[in-house]
Amino acid sequence: MQQSNAYIITFSVILTVILGLLLSGTSQVLGPLQREAEALDKKKQILGAVISGDEISAMSPEEVNAFYTSHIAATVVDINGQEVTEKDGAAVTAENVDIAKNYKMPAEDRLYPVFIYHAEGNPDAVESYILPLYGAGLWDAIWGYIALDTDMNTVGGITLAHAGETPGLGARITEAGVQQRYVGKEIFDESGALVAVEMQKGEGKDYSSDPHKVDGMSGATITGNGVNAMLKAYLGHYSAFIESKKSSQAVAAAF
Amino acid sequence: MSTETVEKAIEKKPAEALFSKRRKKLITDPLVDDNPITIQVLGICSALAVTTQMKPTLVMAISVIFVIVMSNLVISIMRNTIPTRVRIIVQLAVVATLVTLVSEVLRAFAYDMYKELSVFVGLIITNCIVMGRLEAFALGNKPYDSVLDGFGSALGYSWIILTVAFFRELWGSGSVFGIQVFEYISGIFGPDFKLATNGLMVSPVGAFIILGLIIWVQRTKTGYVEH
Repeated sequence: MQQSNAYIITFSVILTVILGLLLSGTSQVLGPLQREAEALDKKKQILGAVISGDEISAMSPEEVNAFYTSHIAATVVDINGQEVTEKDGAAVTAENVDIAKNYKMPAEDRLYPVFIYHAEGNPDAVESYILPLYGAGLWDAIWGYIALDTDMNTVGGITLAHAGETPGLGARITEAGVQQRYVGKEIFDESGALVAVEMQKGEGKDYSSDPHKVDGMSGATITGNGVNAMLKAYLGHYSAFIESKKSSQAVAAAF
Repeated sequence: MSTETVEKAIEKKPAEALFSKRRKKLITDPLVDDNPITIQVLGICSALAVTTQMKPTLVMAISVIFVIVMSNLVISIMRNTIPTRVRIIVQLAVVATLVTLVSEVLRAFAYDMYKELSVFVGLIITNCIVMGRLEAFALGNKPYDSVLDGFGSALGYSWIILTVAFFRELWGSGSVFGIQVFEYISGIFGPDFKLATNGLMVSPVGAFIILGLIIWVQRTKTGYVEH
């Protein structure tokens, strides 16, 4: 009886339905909490580009939210650096722009959020501009946020994250030690052309004298290449915005 | 009347103490003598990967304990209804469901841990210890015994990975559970004294070395020889 095909099929169907209900039920119940956790994590990543990871992990979720609200202003621009406030009749806010979804569109049609880090409660005292990044690593997507100082050239900090890089190799892009290598590097060369910052092959060399190179990750050259391509592509997409900020600063400096 | 007496006679027989000698053995055996990692050499993959620090290792250990105990319980309850021909798939479905539950809960309540452990929570599904206990024990034993057996095996796994993690974090990062031990010790001996950390311990190779040492010490003590 227990070995008959009919029994096996019935058994499998019932088991599948029960397990399926259990899983979808859990997903429904935990869904809101998970989205909250993800939103908080996104804020932490954005802040991670300008303040140290230790400081962030010492904050409670409420403190992170409060700090974010008092220090981050945001805007959305298009490929020409023009501010976008609505698209297809819906209001656009930087927090709601899904970088991953936009990544699938042609570069000209994408929305580009800009997060502006400013002195507490004073949006005019800008300290740095934080730009999102998105690209492909070795196995899966990689993304991050890069903070540019107000000269629009010096890297103030970077956070990198990944969906499925190899633990211990490519996954090391999330480590503070790796991200720290980018601080103080420059994205434009002397002639003003965009060269971004390139992670090199191999590890353990000193690139402190070269403003466009950082030490690589041993065993994770392809992930490093992905990071390089992502940086170059997104800084390119933001170049109109970067130029506009640069020239407005030049004007301000002239006065 | 007569059937009643027969039933009573049967009921009396399994009145085994809650923690009888045999049941205690179910828990204690996998701790040392039949340890899933050091003797059976199962579950090595996650033992190497998550053990750079104590905190994620503890979360991993708790997750594995939950999955093994619950899957042993569920499979043992269903053991007489599971068709033999599809038993592996059924076990896999139950284990996968439990692992997904753990993963979802972590994602909701401990998102940082969820990110750090990443694929390794999902990989509990393929942890040989889980399926091994289901095949070898839960399919042929009563639920309570199966729970004890699963708990024993999971504890055997847990104490080994926690030990590995303790030494890797101590020597690799100079801390235990994130508390800077090396800094504190260096402070005692004055400003010029500094305990150095070893980068090897942070890489998976470090786990191999520590695990190898644990297996060596243990087998020397118990006299276990592979056949």
